[in-house]
Amino acid sequence: MSLNEKRRVFLKGSLAAGALGAAAGMLTPGAVLAAWNKNAFTAKSIDEAIAAADGSPVTTPSKDITIKAPDIAENGAVVPVTVVTKMKGVDSITLLVEKNSTPLSAIFHLPKGTLPDVSTRVKMGKTGDVIAVVKANGKLYSARKGVKVTIGGCGG
Amino acid sequence: MAKTIKIRAKAKNGITVVKALITHPMETGLRKNKKTGKLIPAHFIQEVVCKHNGKEVINCEWAGSVSKNPYLAFKFEGGKKDDAIELAWKDNMGNGDSISAKIR
Repeated sequence: MSLNEKRRVFLKGSLAAGALGAAAGMLTPGAVLAAWNKNAFTAKSIDEAIAAADGSPVTTPSKDITIKAPDIAENGAVVPVTVVTKMKGVDSITLLVEKNSTPLSAIFHLPKGTLPDVSTRVKMGKTGDVIAVVKANGKLYSARKGVKVTIGGCGG
Repeated sequence: MAKTIKIRAKAKNGITVVKALITHPMETGLRKNKKTGKLIPAHFIQEVVCKHNGKEVINCEWAGSVSKNPYLAFKFEGGKKDDAIELAWKDNMGNGDSISAKIR
């Protein structure tokens, strides 16, 4: 099977890369997937990440965005988050975790007809805010929700 | 490849709710192997696309900070029983999987 062959080749390649050091391994992802927004996902600050993901770091806080997340997360490795908004014409929902070393966690592109109501689970290194940025009709709106983390989900 | 995706789509009152679970380690690349002290290479899903009757209904870009064995739920308008739903993912190492299912 061709997929399996590829996998073999790939495994060999990754072993070699591992021997050369992590840097060699880090070069591959960008080449594999052009669509993936590398600049946004490697940004270290929230403003940079939002700017790279949505085109501008300026967002308007909005009460129409609801972030459903626990007040206290016992396990930071699995924090369920739901973002819902009543706004119309939502193009994308961007999810960031304030205190992670690379804050951007996920971007959801919503074509017309898909409701602005998405759920996933994220890792949180420590207590901080979960930030949702909603792009609707070309404008950016944001909301925050504080989550207290008792056991970190990154490292350890 | 072993099946990595579980998906359930249900149509009710003109709105379809899709819930999916993907089996994936989602390594951030920041974690260390406790025995060797070396960093575990990043290995996470970067892109998830879901289609309804061939039309894209969601397109996600993810980072390693999405939890291990990621969960995704979303809703879209339209969709009825027995419509085709397709979900596919791709990770930073070039692996991927897809599944086709029917709306219930």
